[in-house]
Amino acid sequence: MKNVIFAGVGGQGVILASKILMEAAKNAGYGIKESEVHGMAQRGGSVDCHVRYGEKVYSPLIGKGHADYIVSLEILESMRKLDYLALDGTLIVSIEQINPAPVTVGTMKYPADLEEWIKSNVKNYKIVNTENAVKEVGSRKAMNIVMLGVLSKYLEFSMAEWETAIKNTVKDKFFDMNMKAFNAGRAF
Amino acid sequence: MSKKVLLGNEAIARGAYEAGCHVAAAYPGTPSTEILETIARDYRDIKSQWSPNEKVALEVVAGASIAGARALAAMKHVGLNVAADPLFTFSYTGVNGGMVIINADDPGAWSSQNEQDNRHFARAAKVPMIEPSGPAEAKEFVKLAFDISEQFDRPVIVRITTRIAHSQEIVELGEKKDVPVREFIRDPKKYVMIPAHARPRHKFIEEQLVKLKEYSNKSDLNRIEKGTTRRGIICNGVAYNYVKEVCPDDWVLKIGFIWPLPDDMIREFAGLVDEIIVVEELDPFIEEYVKAMGIKVRGKDIVPLLGELTPEIVDEALNKNRPLNSVPDYRNEIPGRPPQLCPGCPHAFVFEVLKKLDLHVNGDIGCYTLGVLPPYSAMHSQGCMGASIGMNLGFEKAHGPEMAAKSIAVIGDSTFIHSGITALIDLVYNKGTGTVLILDNRITAMTGHQDNPSTGKTLMGEDAYEIDLEQLVRAVGVKRVITVDPKNIEEFEKVVREEIAVREPSVIISLRKCVLIKN
Ligand SMILES: Cc1ncc(C[n+]2csc(CCOP(=O)(O)OP(=O)(O)O)c2C)c(N)n1
Ligand code: SF4
Repeated sequence: MKNVIFAGVGGQGVILASKILMEAAKNAGYGIKESEVHGMAQRGGSVDCHVRYGEKVYSPLIGKGHADYIVSLEILESMRKLDYLALDGTLIVSIEQINPAPVTVGTMKYPADLEEWIKSNVKNYKIVNTENAVKEVGSRKAMNIVMLGVLSKYLEFSMAEWETAIKNTVKDKFFDMNMKAFNAGRAF
Repeated sequence: MSKKVLLGNEAIARGAYEAGCHVAAAYPGTPSTEILETIARDYRDIKSQWSPNEKVALEVVAGASIAGARALAAMKHVGLNVAADPLFTFSYTGVNGGMVIINADDPGAWSSQNEQDNRHFARAAKVPMIEPSGPAEAKEFVKLAFDISEQFDRPVIVRITTRIAHSQEIVELGEKKDVPVREFIRDPKKYVMIPAHARPRHKFIEEQLVKLKEYSNKSDLNRIEKGTTRRGIICNGVAYNYVKEVCPDDWVLKIGFIWPLPDDMIREFAGLVDEIIVVEELDPFIEEYVKAMGIKVRGKDIVPLLGELTPEIVDEALNKNRPLNSVPDYRNEIPGRPPQLCPGCPHAFVFEVLKKLDLHVNGDIGCYTLGVLPPYSAMHSQGCMGASIGMNLGFEKAHGPEMAAKSIAVIGDSTFIHSGITALIDLVYNKGTGTVLILDNRITAMTGHQDNPSTGKTLMGEDAYEIDLEQLVRAVGVKRVITVDPKNIEEFEKVVREEIAVREPSVIISLRKCVLIKN
């Protein structure tokens, strides 16, 4: 059984990333459960998706301390999810910063030492700067797929399986762009 | 048969399609909204519609059912409060074609104003209720619900929760069953609930409940799963999954038939184990029932009453003190990330002005409820949909007309049509002098941008008459009606100042499109 959490801010596309992963897992013959956030929180709030696949999966939610991978599209958001990470789990995080309301209105500061903290407290981590990758792809919105590409290096699915999963999930006209983003992620 | 990964709500829509459903109506509400959106998108043989509110949606569905069609209504938990009146009496009339209500509870209040447990409605309205544990089951339960409805002449509620509605799993797709629309045979004793007809119908539904209990006892919606310990867990809905995962060795009684509960099976289960724990979200609905049967159970003394259950909460309740196996928490306080109005949102201009004028704002439900949070902090009371106008009148009745000059009712276009219009009639009729601000952003935004009677489009994408809010408001007797673009902040402020000052009812329509409206 594999447990993956995608975390981010409403609008960053965590649902699409998890959909592609589910499609890959489904095609590989696994059972799947996923849980996602709709509604109020999507208005720029914290959002996450839990994806689980394996022989027999019951719960759509990952229990705290049981995530094998946390893929966070925003670095502050990864902090909110840390208690889900298993001790030998891996945190994959983009250094992207999106200021939350308390920071924009000036009542709180965006923590400056998150990268350092992760490096000294999390056993397995991969911190990536997706800035150039999204520039090359030509869309900030593709960051979710770049991060999925980073994750893909840790999972068992072949490149062909990923390609099929992406093809089956995104609209045809966005396929090339998404593949480009995915490959950029794999290159990290 | 093909397999597809479906969201719980998509699986429910699929279930309606496979069951040969003919008519579906709803008012949007998280976590139920995608059910009708999916029907309108993928299953266009079903006549689907957004109604102005849940009561009307249920009445349309009741009418379609009595006329002979298979019909489905979907709503969030608080929507069933609005539709409670038709529910309780269409329980008496019963159905002709199958009538199914999808009720989506929201433990944890992820997107709601409360976390009520609507299992109580099934008991109170004397209608059967079934509850799946995941999307694949949800599809099958919806199909079965139509059959039960027709077999027992009862509306049937399928209860889901946010975690079922918004979780995905692999669902096996089945064929559509072609069900003809039945004939409507006039039968006032069944379909017209004057007291003389209602009394015998009450007897009938009590008899049906007895039969339904027998059905529930035999139904495979409830099942006993063997364990190797001496402990038994009774559970329902999504909690079943958590139990299976954290206590794989215990006996389990999975309840899918929530009402009526299967007495015989519960007794049988009690005979198989030494100790029983009920694991259910929200109220001790099953627990109290089993206790009333004279069976000793534990439940809310160890399983939380509040909020949503999670695997680790159930683990802690059933397995006690398992250490969490996670990394240390980040040491500094992390800034929260509350939801926000989008940049450029029309409501933002409005709240800037309301904040500046320091009015008492009786608010309502929609994106604009976020005006309660910083940086605006400009909403001071709010309850259910449509309440703002009545509450604002109540403020005036409590403190006199001076209060009307210091307060304002703020309500969205969709919410105004849902249940604000009747309160506006009250304001005029009962001689209030308050001001109502209708935030017309041309859409039902909060729930993901649905059309409504003031947008000129239907759920199925057809053009429709676009309600003229100005005319509507004038028709109920409001003489002062002004439409203004809130982005013209100075103009907008001037209008608000003028309208709150006058001693007669007035309506300001703040007209500006939601920035997320496509095209
Ligand atoms: C009885 C009930 N039904 C549905 C909902 C879900 N809901 C919350 S706000 C809203 C609509 C808001 O639309 P509108 O008033 O136009 O405001 P907007 O979000 O567009 O600003 C809905 C349907 C609810 N809270 N209560
Ligand atoms: S969705 Fe529309 S109405 Fe809602 S906050 Fe964004 S801009 Fe405003």
